[in-house]
Amino acid sequence: MKSRLVAMSYSLVGVLLVCGVWALLSSVVAPDLPSPLKTWEESRLYILSPWEKRGEMDQGILRMAAYSLVRVAKGFLLAIMIGAPLGFLLGSSPVFHRMFDPTIQVLRPISPLAWLPLGLILFRQSEPAALFTIALCSMWPTVINTASGVRSIPQDYLNVARVLRLSRWKKFTNVWLPATLPYLFTGFRLSLGIAWLVIVAAEMLTGTPGVGGFLWQEYNSLIYSHILLCILTIGIVGFVLDRLMGMAEARLRSV
Amino acid sequence: MYTRPLEISSLSKVFETPAGRFTAIKDFNARIAPDEFVALLGHSGCGKSTVLAIVAGLQEATLGGVIIDGTEISGPGLDRALVFQSPSLLPWMSALDNVLLAVRQSHPKLPLSAQRDLAVRYLNLVGAGEYMRQMPAELSQGTQQRVAIARAFSQEPRFLLLDEPFGMLDSMTRADLQDLLLRLWRQSPKTVLLVTHDVDEALYLCDRIILMTDGPEARVGMDLRVTLARPRSRQGLLDDPEYFRLRGVVFKYLELHSRQFRKEAA
Repeated sequence: MKSRLVAMSYSLVGVLLVCGVWALLSSVVAPDLPSPLKTWEESRLYILSPWEKRGEMDQGILRMAAYSLVRVAKGFLLAIMIGAPLGFLLGSSPVFHRMFDPTIQVLRPISPLAWLPLGLILFRQSEPAALFTIALCSMWPTVINTASGVRSIPQDYLNVARVLRLSRWKKFTNVWLPATLPYLFTGFRLSLGIAWLVIVAAEMLTGTPGVGGFLWQEYNSLIYSHILLCILTIGIVGFVLDRLMGMAEARLRSV
Repeated sequence: MYTRPLEISSLSKVFETPAGRFTAIKDFNARIAPDEFVALLGHSGCGKSTVLAIVAGLQEATLGGVIIDGTEISGPGLDRALVFQSPSLLPWMSALDNVLLAVRQSHPKLPLSAQRDLAVRYLNLVGAGEYMRQMPAELSQGTQQRVAIARAFSQEPRFLLLDEPFGMLDSMTRADLQDLLLRLWRQSPKTVLLVTHDVDEALYLCDRIILMTDGPEARVGMDLRVTLARPRSRQGLLDDPEYFRLRGVVFKYLELHSRQFRKEAA
């Protein structure tokens, strides 16, 4: 108990130190950067009534984050619905792997900023374009982890499946899926992280309500403190998401 | 019942390696009578596990093949149950579900309750009944191997293929499981092919020992009938001069071949 208190107080000191550097930077080096105090003053309304809706692009910060989360959830689901089966195919068939692995390695490092215009051309609407971008950027860790999970199924288990003459479907449900589940979840966790990273880019360019869209709008309105508010919100939400997925993953491993 | 032997006929296995073609087994011939208990004995790496894997249908012969009832096998079949060196139970299923998976495959027409009863019966027979709800990771190596043996017998196969099934166990557990295997085999006789490098295990369990020459190009070096009366007991064998004669024959063979092997390697 005591050591936990000590650890927490260390974290607090760290946060205070960062805020100190922030304050110093804003007062000495970068006068355009709002100080921590100014950021708080100008963001109070958004933080203290986080669910209030005053206008399309003027809403409480939690409400904005919720819009973004729903969008991320849709894109992420799309990503794993495509990514997991693709990973299974890639992991199980050497021919398929040889055919598509180079393409995947080329598509993987492409930035969301590059996909988005393509999405806009294809769908002519901002929402599907945003989902397209999120899915396309975030599915690769799921694809790659699933494939490597399938490839590392111990030969013993595959032999059991062969000796018992399990049908394709039974082999999948009794051996492949349970054996790759931990890998699959690691992929999901990494994919969700990327999906959240991409949301800002997607909303900035499409101008839809959400933390990313709000950030971009306030930049254009020269209210810089709100940019910092959005940045902090994105960071905290991303942290919480990762922790939740980590907990789910740990539960899965202990089963 | 079955009258025709399992035939391993002119079996050769060539592996393509980066260093070139490697002939592991060349012209291996053996016939195993119904309900006969046969050991395949040889130095490690001689290819005995490869012969077993080919009989199991997990690997393909390069030349020759395995004939059951006049038909050459192609791939695994539920008539041939396998016990591996590691228990290889599926870790995400309880002991019971592991056995049940085999029962469902081998007895697909039985109603679910009868399948369950069958699985439980075999788990009880191997003395693992009380552990049937537990996951493999919660069981000792010995108990896991008991469950694996139950899984193999629950298939009610015609052939039982054992690949060094007791190799990873301590000597006490090994003796227990050897006795268990003999008991099960007496209760429901089947043709057994046991791969081992333990001479005493082979003499205690088997009707016949097929000694393999060292690889590459391994084949049958000696076919030795174990002329010891059944039922056998460990204690009884120690008083039996025939046991020591057979033991001498096997050890002399193994020593001679390992010496030749070393000479060729030098």
